Parts: sequence; C-alpha cells; structure tokens
Amino acid sequence: MDWSAIFLTLRLALVVCTAELIIGTPIALWLSFTRWRYKFLAESVVALPLVLPPTVLGFFVLVALGSNSPIGRWYQSLTGHGLAFTFEGLVIASLIASMPFAVQPMAAAFSQVDRNLINASSMLGASRFRTFVRVIFPLSISGVVTGFVLSFAHTLGEFGVVLMVGGNIPGVTRTVAIAIYDRVQAFDYAGANRMALLLMAFSFVTLSITYSINHRVWAVSPMQR
Amino acid sequence: MPYPAGDPAVQLSKRVPLFEPSDKHYGSGVDLAMRDSRAFLKRKSAVKRVNSIVQAAFVLLACIYIWIPAQAAAAELKVAAAADLTFVFKDVAAQFEKQTGNQLKLTYGSSGNFFSQIQNGAPFDLFFSADISFPKKLEAAGLIEPGTIYDYARGEIVIWVPNDSKLDLSKGLAVLLDPSIRKIAVANPVHAPYGAAAVAALHHDKIYDQVKSKFVMGENIAQTAQFVQSGNADVGIVALSLALAPAMKTKGRYVVVPPDDYPPLIQAAVIIKSSTNKELARQFLKFIKQPDTVALMAQYGFTLPEALAADHGSTSAPH
Repeated sequence: MDWSAIFLTLRLALVVCTAELIIGTPIALWLSFTRWRYKFLAESVVALPLVLPPTVLGFFVLVALGSNSPIGRWYQSLTGHGLAFTFEGLVIASLIASMPFAVQPMAAAFSQVDRNLINASSMLGASRFRTFVRVIFPLSISGVVTGFVLSFAHTLGEFGVVLMVGGNIPGVTRTVAIAIYDRVQAFDYAGANRMALLLMAFSFVTLSITYSINHRVWAVSPMQR
Repeated sequence: MPYPAGDPAVQLSKRVPLFEPSDKHYGSGVDLAMRDSRAFLKRKSAVKRVNSIVQAAFVLLACIYIWIPAQAAAAELKVAAAADLTFVFKDVAAQFEKQTGNQLKLTYGSSGNFFSQIQNGAPFDLFFSADISFPKKLEAAGLIEPGTIYDYARGEIVIWVPNDSKLDLSKGLAVLLDPSIRKIAVANPVHAPYGAAAVAALHHDKIYDQVKSKFVMGENIAQTAQFVQSGNADVGIVALSLALAPAMKTKGRYVVVPPDDYPPLIQAAVIIKSSTNKELARQFLKFIKQPDTVALMAQYGFTLPEALAADHGSTSAPH
C-alpha cells in the first residue's frame, strides 16, 4: 500500500474541496440570483469541465501554468519554482476540474430558497451577508454539503488532469489514482487491487454519508418547504 | 437602522403571536398561519443545529490538516526513469539505499514524455532516457548539468508472447503476419523510444504496412508489456529488460529482434540543471557505474554500449 500517495490524495482533496467552498459559494450565489440576461454563458463555463476530456483541461492548465506563460513566470519570480508538476499546480488544476461538482449543487440549493424569506430578512434590516449566513446558507445546507463532498470525491478520483499537470512524482504529485495506474504497469496487480478497493470503499462511504444527509436519514439539515 | 438588526429567523418567530389563533378558529385560514409559525419556530432551532454542524466540520477539517503532514521537499532524489527500467531499478534503488542510506523517488514513463515535462520545468534531479537523443536535446536547450550525460546501456527489443501462444517465434518479425493475431502491442513510437525502434524494425523487414492495423499502442514500454502480459494483446514488441523481469519471465517466451534492424537504442542518464540535489545525483550516477551495479543491470539485459558494440563487432556511434 502506497501510504504517501493516500495521504497526498487526502490532503489534495481536502484543500481543493475547502477552497471550492470558499470560491464556489460566491459563484453559486451569483449564478442563482443574478438577473443578467447572458448568465447561461457563465453557467456553461462553470459546467465545461464536466464535458471536456481531462486531457484538454490538463493541457490548458499545463500551458497556462508553464514557465512560458505570464502566470507561470509570475509564480516563478515569487517562489523560485514553476507551478507545473508541483502540489500547488495540482491544487489549481483540481480546483478547475471539480468546480462544477461544487458549484452546481450549491446553486441549485440557493435558488430553491423561498424568496419571501430572503425578502423578509432584507426588510427586517439584515445585510446581504447576514441574510446569506442566517437564511440562505442554513436553508441550503444540504446543497452545500453535496457540493463540498462531490468536489472532495471527484478530486480523490481525478486522473487525467492530475497525470498531465502533476506528472506522477512520488510524494509530490502521485495521487492514489495515478499510483494504481503505475502499479498496473509494473504488473503489481495485488498492489493495484488493494488501492483500488480502498479508493472504492472510501468513495462509497463518502457518497453514502452525503446522500443519507440529503435524504434526511438523520436530521442534520433543516426542513425545506 | 429602522428595525433592530438580529437573526431574521428569530425576529420572524417573534412576530408569531400576531397570528396566534384561538382554539375556536382552528381549521380555518388561521390554521395555515399557525402551521407557518410552527415551521418558523422549528427553523430557528434548525439554524442553531446547522451552525453547530458547520462548526464541528471546521474543527474536524482543522484536525485533519494538522494530522496529514506536509511532505518534506528535499533529501530524496527524484528520478525520471524510462519505463524499461521499471524492474531493474527496484533492485538498484534498494542497493543504493542500503549502501548510502539515501532514498530514490522513482517515476517511470516514456522518455519522450519526460523530455517534454522537463522542458516544462518538472522538478526531477535525474533523467534516465531510453534514447540518448532526448538528453542531447535537453543539453542543446541548456536544461542539463553540462558534461553529465552518461550512456549506461544499449536497449534491445524482443517479440514476446504468453506461454499458451501457438505462434512460432523462430520466424522473427515475420511471425507478426500470422492471421491468428488480432492485436500487436507496441509502444507509442512518437514518444517512446522502444516503440520507435519497433516501427523501424518493421519498416526494415518491410512488413510495417501489413501489420500496423493490428497495433495497440502503450503509452510507454511497460504499459505495452502489460497489454500483452495480461493477455489483452496476442503478441508484443517489448524491451528485453522487461522480458527478463520476474513478472514476465515465467509467463511467456521471447525472441530478440536482430539489433541491426533498427537504429541503436543508446540509453543515457543526465543530471537536470534545475536539480536542488546535484551532489546526491552525482553520487547515484557514480553508483550506476560501479561494477556490481553494472552486473545487476546486465541481469536484466542492460549491457554497456561499448561491451555490446564489441560483441556485435560493429561500432555504430550514438547518433
């Protein structure tokens, strides 16, 4: 069992889903409440990683972060090393790849909140932020949890983007999915099998917890009308 | 502020008494208002519950961040190794660790892929290429430590079939024309040197056009070997070093493709200029040149280029 790959994957997934929560929430809020006529364009951009092959995403990210791009050069001047083939680069690539998995459930939940409650909250003098924290967020907690967990689970299992941007470096960018690929190529089917089973069990448990929360098996989220 | 700020849900619930029905009117429209108000009351406690869940989640996350340690950046040697080294380097790394106490972080792949990754700034210390042309190109681009290119072996390709195959390997490459063959595993010639060698040999025997429709292409030579070792391809053109590996040796048989059929696969190692670990990298290169390591490599079919050239009586210089 390749423990460094397992810990690396967990670390990556946790960083990504937390960042997704911070970045994705404003995007989801904007998508749910904007009246902009061309919002469908923004929605399409957010959903793009769902339909694009990971190679396209990986290629673009690699070029965008590489030492020949402005972003890559800027980062290099700050830190002394490039973004490609580093953990940080992996985080950025995974952030983009799992964006729809976080934003879409959140946006769906936000737009289902009763507008009357939001209006009432504003009428009673609550600021937008306060309305979000005390009304919208609690009422859409299941959507937020779903987005959080789906982006976590998706990052756990991401392969193509990670392979292209990360480059399979042990302890730095070799995640479980890539370690499995590596084991198979080295004829170590037993090792591949162990890690594949672990990944499957972990993903199953993660998803089960989310769906159980959503189906109110345990009362952890408030009723919605 | 015209209205007192506060939790809107709570404030809404405070207004509930306005709708408080008397028992007599129960079942009328007031009933609905009553249910509404109850929903609001419920919601208030739900808000608190959600908050405590969110807090608990953050505490948990914080714990996990602390629990999962960040990986140490230095001290280990990051080696990009051509996929034909997959098995021999397991032993070599173990020996190196035993002798020096230093660890190797090995990544296997196709040499062409590593070449483009290194061009894009991949943080490897050492690059073991299956074809010297890639280190040469990196040298031209100024990306390697000058004067560190070392030819460690000459690679050979073999035709490999599983034990239960009925193919007669003594025919050499011509065996690939056998109509019972559905899939031939070959490494991608664009970026895997062994794939390029296989294609060159097929061209040399003038059977490339007849067999190319049966190709399945591995991303690198180890994946190619895996295709045929797992029985998914009927026959494969793989590296001799993989055919000699324990996992393949017992499972099939092979015949060496005559080395004169394709340009020599001179394998070369090089220290990458951006390496932060050059001392250790030099130490490992020195270790590779030691007689016992050379002997170990020879067990896997990696003979030094000069020795092999002497064997074949030809002195084809590396291109």
